[in-house]
Amino acid sequence: METMTLGKAINAGLRRALESDPKVILMGEDIGKLGGVFRITDGLQKDFGDERVIDTPLAESGIIGTAIGLAMRGYRPVCEIQFDGFVYPAYDQIVSQVAKIHFRSRGRVRLPMVIRIPFGGGIGAVEHHSESPEAYFAHTAGLKVVSCASPSDAFWMIQQAVASDDPILFFEPKRRYWEKGEVDLNGSLAEAYPLHASRLVCSGTDATVLAYGPMVRTALDAAAAAAEEGRSLEVIDLRSLSPLDLEPVYASVRRTGRCVVVHEAPGNVGLGAEIAARVTEECFYSLEAPVLRVTGFDTPYPPARLEDSYLPDLDRVLDAVDRALGW
Amino acid sequence: MAKGAPPTPPPDAVGVGTELVQLLTPDGERIERAYDSSGTEYSVDLTDDEYRGLYRDLVVVRRLDAEGTALQRQGELGIWASLLGQEAAQIGSGRALRPQDMAFPTYREHGVLYCRGIDPIMPFGLFRGVDHGAWDPVELKCGMYTIVIGAQTLHATGYAMGIAKDGKVGSDDGEAVIAYLGDGATSQGDVSESFVWSSVFHAPIVFFCQNNQYAISEPIERQTRVPLYQRSLGFGFPGVRVDGNDVLATYAVTRTALDNARHGQGPTFIEAYTYRMGAHTTNDDPSRYRIASEVEAWQAKDPVARMRAFLEKQQLGDADFFAEVEDEAKQIALRLRERVLEMPDPDPLQIFDHVYPHGSPELDAQRDQYARYLDSFSQAPDESHAGHVPPTPGHHVQATGSVR
Repeated sequence: METMTLGKAINAGLRRALESDPKVILMGEDIGKLGGVFRITDGLQKDFGDERVIDTPLAESGIIGTAIGLAMRGYRPVCEIQFDGFVYPAYDQIVSQVAKIHFRSRGRVRLPMVIRIPFGGGIGAVEHHSESPEAYFAHTAGLKVVSCASPSDAFWMIQQAVASDDPILFFEPKRRYWEKGEVDLNGSLAEAYPLHASRLVCSGTDATVLAYGPMVRTALDAAAAAAEEGRSLEVIDLRSLSPLDLEPVYASVRRTGRCVVVHEAPGNVGLGAEIAARVTEECFYSLEAPVLRVTGFDTPYPPARLEDSYLPDLDRVLDAVDRALGW
Repeated sequence: MAKGAPPTPPPDAVGVGTELVQLLTPDGERIERAYDSSGTEYSVDLTDDEYRGLYRDLVVVRRLDAEGTALQRQGELGIWASLLGQEAAQIGSGRALRPQDMAFPTYREHGVLYCRGIDPIMPFGLFRGVDHGAWDPVELKCGMYTIVIGAQTLHATGYAMGIAKDGKVGSDDGEAVIAYLGDGATSQGDVSESFVWSSVFHAPIVFFCQNNQYAISEPIERQTRVPLYQRSLGFGFPGVRVDGNDVLATYAVTRTALDNARHGQGPTFIEAYTYRMGAHTTNDDPSRYRIASEVEAWQAKDPVARMRAFLEKQQLGDADFFAEVEDEAKQIALRLRERVLEMPDPDPLQIFDHVYPHGSPELDAQRDQYARYLDSFSQAPDESHAGHVPPTPGHHVQATGSVR
């Protein structure tokens, strides 16, 4: 076991991926000498060369579009989109091409690409640097979408994503990049916890709280605070946003009878709505209260001085839990 | 004209000047050698059979294309994007490809597909609506039709970067990529990005732009204030304007550009100056936006008639030859027609196939659910549903989608 930050864990995972397959290449803006604006690729160009760790022109559609051609040529591109709000110039290539080429070709062309996106708020940034666009991609068939929440998951999930034959959107909780945790660097990829599986991260009996990415820490903090008040919350880290792995969620909700979904992204037509619908379909007779959502507001992301009001926090999660318990 | 609109460009600002590379005049007179605006010389020295072969290609793809339009009119295709008038640009460039080269087409390159040896039923299946044009791009060295304008230029650039990474440039057996695009596509951001990328990464790629003068209804003046072939200079690689109705010139220019790319000399932009003689697609009505005299002027530059005139002047083809080619083209088209008519609608459950390389339990569940739903209609009528008319599985709905 080694203690490392989540950001360093992704770096270590990328290093493993580069070591284990010569077809793996990294592409992105400022990922070479600089090591990325968050230093996630720090040192990788130095060790693997600028033919494999490529500083690209400043053009997101170009990054994804050329990665498609490189994948057709047999490479496994790992693209970095510098910030969540900068993915939209590449949206057409992702949604109209990356997602559809396997289907269009009736299985003849695979695009084993990873698109890494630091996402979410809480770092005091200017506009376009704090968004949560994951639902746009989860809505699109042909893509898979995951988000890591802990250093250990970050280390293994990035390697699993690179090894996968699917095109994968890999959402990194940027405000958790500096949080530390234990990582078992000696484990094997084949035995790692499955990529597209949710995971119980805190057992409880009174209500089920669902979260992913940066909100997992918030949900765990809420569970700890609730415990002090004698309430027992079960927390599930969804990990995979498309496909969703909800069987463990259904099992939990059938026990607790209450379910709260937490995400930073706006609630309107978001992942929480899909999850609420499915939980309601599957657990209708077990539910003691409607599935509640704690989300960002249905507004554009606010200026940094207001983001603490916008972002779901421990108190808003507990408030929703209280409402669910008081139904 | 709306307030603030730019003044009309000067006459011929984006039209034909002396820079046009031409090896066959519209009357079929052979020009021995031609030069582009940077002084590069172009010529061809083909065998008699090769000249005749190019003519045969032109006639066959024109005939296949006519079959596409006819089949659409008869309700057998949802839509057809005709290449009429662009045969020389497609055959000249398509035949210039070497076997190891890779093409990335738009959705109108039926002639290029033909040159790549792709079964002509493939684009017909796409426009009939039985699939999305699912040939194997890697095996056939030709990407799938790409309908989003300009998107494929980035795929082509990435593929070309991969060639360079694989060390497959710098020799006669090096590989090169050709990316097809139209005049409208030159306004797309993806095309500009592909120019930047191919330039800075020195990718072995040729951008082959068929300037057919119209992006659906919008004339070239709505896309550019400078001749398109000059566009690439600002990105750092050469641009050539070739007579797109001259199969010999397009062949010569494309072959040179591809060979330069495979030898490590980087990208070239080719503007094949041509004209879309037909509608944008069968859903279009060009009489709303262009005048008959313009079409007639281009009729006089017809690429097929030009090559025939050349063969006649050179005594490379007699009446029997031309009749034989006509007949061959007709037979190919008729065989294709029969096959198109026999194409069954796909099984509805195919919808769920190939979304992900290794399948999906979620889609398996949706497929099973839908299969049960479909099966429910094949069972004995249920009196509790009397009066309810279910949709007939496999009911054929004619596609009427539009392609930009």
